[in-house]
Amino acid sequence: MQILFFILAAVALISGGLVVFQRHPLRSALWLIVNFFAIAGIYLLAHAEFIAAIQVIVYAGAIMVLFLFVIMLLNLRQPEESPAIPYIGQKFLGAVLAGFTALIMIYAYHRASLPAGREVLPGLGNTESIARSLFTDYLLPFEVTSVLLLVAIVGAVVLAKSKLK
Amino acid sequence: MAVPLSYYLALSVALFALGVIGVIIRRNAIVIFMSIEMMLNAVNLAFIGFADYFKAVDGQMFVFFVLTVAAAEVAVGLALIVAIFRNRGSIYVDDLNILRW
Repeated sequence: MQILFFILAAVALISGGLVVFQRHPLRSALWLIVNFFAIAGIYLLAHAEFIAAIQVIVYAGAIMVLFLFVIMLLNLRQPEESPAIPYIGQKFLGAVLAGFTALIMIYAYHRASLPAGREVLPGLGNTESIARSLFTDYLLPFEVTSVLLLVAIVGAVVLAKSKLK
Repeated sequence: MAVPLSYYLALSVALFALGVIGVIIRRNAIVIFMSIEMMLNAVNLAFIGFADYFKAVDGQMFVFFVLTVAAAEVAVGLALIVAIFRNRGSIYVDDLNILRW
């Protein structure tokens, strides 16, 4: 199980690095799909089968299709050319900031004292317990989510419609 | 043998830092957007790790809502990118200085 975790984590990290450092946006998008699949595998290891399934369906399926569609629609076949100003300072500062963020998170983890994890699983299956929680404790956020999706649909249609006036 | 919580959190931190690097050093708005998606995924991974650790389903509920918000964000964000490309002919973020004076 841990071996599997390490393999999937290595795949996720390598593909994530390729997303960031690949010059071609199309290749970045394809590596991001690999990254999402590796993370879905890790969700399976963590007993989150339903989330793994919707990770593959929603992220690797719907969202990445949208990305690839827009990249091809905008016809960005040529790789990113180097900028007029090289932005060396900004790149250095960016790497420092990212490392600093990681350090803060590691420090916070070491400072935090976690209560011991529980041993017993609830008697229900994963999808069943999610459904029960979704329609009892989280009913209001669930309904608000549907309004959010409606707003997003209307917004996307208005923005993408012919000319902006 | 179960995977310890610290492994999930370490992978989450590493992916989040990669996403931060991507947002800062890339110029293509679509790649920046993909880096933001990767950061959202890193946070989801931390949630799932905690949900597994506490054997509670609430962490998975939060991942569910983050996924929904990410889907809405991608739809609106890509529509914005297409609109900007139509108006300005470029999606490199250093060409888009219309808010600067």
